[in-house]
Amino acid sequence: MKRLMKGNNALAEAAILAGCRFFAGYPITPQTEILEYLAKNLPERGGHFIQTESELAGVNMVLGAAATGYRAMTSSAGPGFSLKQEGISYMCSMELPAVIVDVMRYGIGLGSIMLGQGDYFQAVKGGGHGGYKVPVYAPASVQENVDFTIRAFDTAEAYRTPVLILSDGAIGQMAESVELPEGREHDPDQYDWTLKGRDAAHPTGRKMTDRIYYDFKFHEYDPHIRERYAKMEKELQMWEEVETEDAKIILVSYGISSRVCREAVKTARKKGWKVGMIRPITLWPFPKKAFAKTNSHAEAYLTVEMNACGQMVEDVALYGRGVPIYSYPSGRSIADPEAILQKIESIMNGEEKEVF
Amino acid sequence: MAAVKKAPSTIYGYNSFCPGCGHGIVIRLIAEVVEEMGLAEDAIGVLAVGCSCLTNRYLALDLLQAAHGRAAASAGAIKRCRPDKLVFTYQGDGDAASIGIAETLYSAQRNENFTQIIVNNGVYGMTGGQMSPTSLVGQKTTTSVKGRDPEIMGMPLKISELISHFDVSYLARGSVHDAAHIRKTKTYIRKAFETQMNQGGYTCVEIISPCPTNWHLTPLQAVDRIEKEVLEYYPVGEIKGGAR
Amino acid sequence: MLRQFVFAGFGGQGVLTAGMILANMGSLYGKEVIWMPSYGSEMRGGTANCSVKLSDEPIASPFVKQIDYLVAMNKPSLDKFLPQMKEGGTVIVDSSIVTELPQADKFRVVQVPADAICEKLKNTRSANVCVLGALAACCELFTKEQYENGIREYFSSKPQFHEGNIKVFEAGYAHVKEG
Repeated sequence: MKRLMKGNNALAEAAILAGCRFFAGYPITPQTEILEYLAKNLPERGGHFIQTESELAGVNMVLGAAATGYRAMTSSAGPGFSLKQEGISYMCSMELPAVIVDVMRYGIGLGSIMLGQGDYFQAVKGGGHGGYKVPVYAPASVQENVDFTIRAFDTAEAYRTPVLILSDGAIGQMAESVELPEGREHDPDQYDWTLKGRDAAHPTGRKMTDRIYYDFKFHEYDPHIRERYAKMEKELQMWEEVETEDAKIILVSYGISSRVCREAVKTARKKGWKVGMIRPITLWPFPKKAFAKTNSHAEAYLTVEMNACGQMVEDVALYGRGVPIYSYPSGRSIADPEAILQKIESIMNGEEKEVF
Repeated sequence: MAAVKKAPSTIYGYNSFCPGCGHGIVIRLIAEVVEEMGLAEDAIGVLAVGCSCLTNRYLALDLLQAAHGRAAASAGAIKRCRPDKLVFTYQGDGDAASIGIAETLYSAQRNENFTQIIVNNGVYGMTGGQMSPTSLVGQKTTTSVKGRDPEIMGMPLKISELISHFDVSYLARGSVHDAAHIRKTKTYIRKAFETQMNQGGYTCVEIISPCPTNWHLTPLQAVDRIEKEVLEYYPVGEIKGGAR
Repeated sequence: MLRQFVFAGFGGQGVLTAGMILANMGSLYGKEVIWMPSYGSEMRGGTANCSVKLSDEPIASPFVKQIDYLVAMNKPSLDKFLPQMKEGGTVIVDSSIVTELPQADKFRVVQVPADAICEKLKNTRSANVCVLGALAACCELFTKEQYENGIREYFSSKPQFHEGNIKVFEAGYAHVKEG
């Protein structure tokens, strides 16, 4: 049965249903409901909830829990997400599975608590040090908050990597009807690699540390990293195509902005304009397979995202090579279907400037 | 004839600490206590970043190497997930009392059920002898070239005294500069581990340890310095929970 | 058919709850539904609003552009959202609080003295349920019984308030139907 839930609450519930039994985090708008929901519900359902002294402590507690095989999660927004980067880089290096949620707000520094999409680069290009990559899921509805949270835990474990969920203030705060799946129990003892005390198979104990130290010869490490990320890149790409088969102008948009673009596509089609949309669901790996299908017939890509200068548009330019690239960063304002249609019209009339 | 004591089997290989370094002694004490308590198969250690992480190469236990300063956070989480295991951190003073002071104090504040072992040698060893939170007044380091000036750099930090403000289960400061203090320190570690496994709650042993290399002293001079200067500012003894 | 609602007023008047009751009702009766609050760091007692979209088909954008039904429980809210009113839409105002009514040539204006009604029924914190009664009288997306059911459902953990809530709802409904 469907029920009405706020996005943040639905995400938190989905984590519990996915078998997550450890959450450590810190309050920050607009993700705080995740913290509050789990504070109330996780202990009742056999899990650990800790409100930590900082996001640093939160992400490093999650690291510890992940090392024992627990399904563990932390969540934050903007400034707090910046503090999570240290732990994300370490977990990448140690190849530990965990889920980290960024309910994006708007702006640089403290910025504003209102919705925004300014953390694309940080999430997708490696917000921390060292050149790692992490799978990033971008939900566009409350139902997808549920579906992708569960998927994020599965991906994290299958590839032994931290996984990000890049939600935003609108998806976190709004309520929609959702279908919740059956809950799952997760067995933290099912994997040999998790810390549980040394045994006959590990007479000198397990060494859970950056894998660069003990697990590879000098010249074997980089090939391992390349192979690891190439595999994720090949296998994890997800996207949605909206009327792209015959589209001449293709909007590219993710998360909350894609909802507005979907409306713009509808209206454009009513006018007889050949407009479609590619909605990246994984932001890394970026769904370049989608662009391989449309590059031959698209006459323009128009990227719509809620930040000041455009971020995802750089990836669109990379994978939409040969097709003119246009950008509509709606900034602090929520992208407006009318404004998108005007942009489309001006592209059709040759009045819009390409960005690359 | 002096009795020869066999090294605990939990220690394997050869360590790579500098001559006269106290880390090897502390590691050995931990290994002895873990074995005496029969917990070698039920112990999980969390190592810090710094010289302490070299322990990875010769302590035969399940070990996590945490991010710099975050060992206490990761250890608290591990204990919550594996409540029947002995969980301890092994950190230097820079890790536990500077970059990780929040994680240290909040572990004490929440009375997280693990043992924090803080090796206090008054310098950042691995990075080559910079001033640490516990460098003494007047101590010359590569970042306090004229000696620590409290006017500019503040007084050396007493992490155990800060922890003592919280309602923790066991807290002591030992030293490994001579045999008597080493024996005493071992009893502190044992009490801390036993308290964790029996009554529960946060336990911590701070251990004064020599770093001849970065103090620019011979090992014997380093021992002398601890006895004459360091213990005056950092007195040893049980601070909480000792009477039990 | 897409319907767009805005509930706005002072923080504490229960406008977010009124919207949530409607959204919950939509979910209950098989509509596609989105409820979206304004959120901010404003002090308690400041302005608050939420929007609700109901439709028989999946809803693309969650943001309200043209309002079919505006429930305004104070003057600033009325001023803020009037420019977004759709032609032929309905504005419901709590006339105990808002005395200056808008020019009503392009849309219908419905007054309900919600505060006064609640005071009379000795249920002073239910003005939001009262305006839902007024909405039920104007917006026939749901039957009156469905509205009542929706209110009951929403407050199912507080059955002691059912009777009082329904009385207030009925009074709001009756005021519009009979007035």
